[in-house]
Amino acid sequence: MTAEPVTTTDHQAPPRPEGFAGALADWSSDQRSFKTASWRKTMMWIFLVSDTFIFSCFLISYMTVRVSTTVEWPNPSEIFALEIGGKKIPLILIAIMTFDLITSSGTMALAVNYAYARQRRAAAILMALTAVIGAAFVGMQAFEWTTLIHEGVRPWSNPFGAPQFGSCFFMITGFHGFHVSIGVIALLVIARNVWRGDYETGRRSPLSHRRGDYEIVEVMGLYWHFVDLVWVFIFAFFYLW
Amino acid sequence: MTSTTETGTKSVAEEQTGGETVSAHAYHAAGAPPNAAAHGQQHPLRLYFAVWILLFVLSGCSYAVDYFNFQGYLRWTLIIIFMLLKAGAIVAVFMHMAWERLALVTAILLPPLAVLVFMTTMAVEGHYTYFLRQIFFGPGS
Repeated sequence: MTAEPVTTTDHQAPPRPEGFAGALADWSSDQRSFKTASWRKTMMWIFLVSDTFIFSCFLISYMTVRVSTTVEWPNPSEIFALEIGGKKIPLILIAIMTFDLITSSGTMALAVNYAYARQRRAAAILMALTAVIGAAFVGMQAFEWTTLIHEGVRPWSNPFGAPQFGSCFFMITGFHGFHVSIGVIALLVIARNVWRGDYETGRRSPLSHRRGDYEIVEVMGLYWHFVDLVWVFIFAFFYLW
Repeated sequence: MTSTTETGTKSVAEEQTGGETVSAHAYHAAGAPPNAAAHGQQHPLRLYFAVWILLFVLSGCSYAVDYFNFQGYLRWTLIIIFMLLKAGAIVAVFMHMAWERLALVTAILLPPLAVLVFMTTMAVEGHYTYFLRQIFFGPGS
């Protein structure tokens, strides 16, 4: 912060235009385009856009094979049903996983808020809680995979119908579960840093020569909410459709 | 907090008057993002809780579509509506898109629309493959 130039009052910039005129002004005249977003936030968003395309490709492939097969598609409502108290409840495991992931998104949003409020203990605890709920999601997914593999579902065949069901299931949920797992690890690392107060003492991480700050919690939050966002689409198209 | 606010304002001012490279470099070297500390996405907790509850309700609705076994166009319409509402709430509030400048919003949200074109062409292609399979292999293959 010592490298900052001293502020002088006679040197204020006029307020930037808002809306469409603002977007044009931000993009033009060889400036930095994203005025209020730092590079790390911008780059996370750009990464998320590329990830959107990856998951879109998975879901579009799934649509293509499901539309083109002449064999009946297995009914996910029955496949993912669980027997609770002697009664078979359709799709219940997936519903629990959905609520679990939404809960983790809520705790993450609160963590971002507390991080900006400089309440680092609350922020770190909420991030750790988010990681625990995320790990529970991965655990349920492992249970789901185990059950299906025992029932004979393979990427190339399954006892319920169209063989493409297995390849779509393992590819889509596997890739999503991988994202959640990476998110859990990153959450724990950043929660540790926040708890220790790294972003107040200016301690550098082994991964960067720059001093971090609490914005990293928001950037982490973007990734985590994206994982939840992808699940919204997987839930709708793969499990409910 | 006061000093960060001032440097944030100063950086923007510098950029406007042609001192862009220097000041941009200065605050990035110092590790402080341009306006994050000054604005910092902080919003009333009530809003987050409201969206949180909304997401629970919408997920419950999605699940109800399956539980009550709605079929056909009613099912597909409801699934899509609840999906888009949930996605919108997450992106707008949890990911703070509602408070970003339009330049970032358009750069992030417009490119994925190209996916709709891809989806349409692949739907046409998929139906065509189905049609050929029906003709040449008959049902069951």
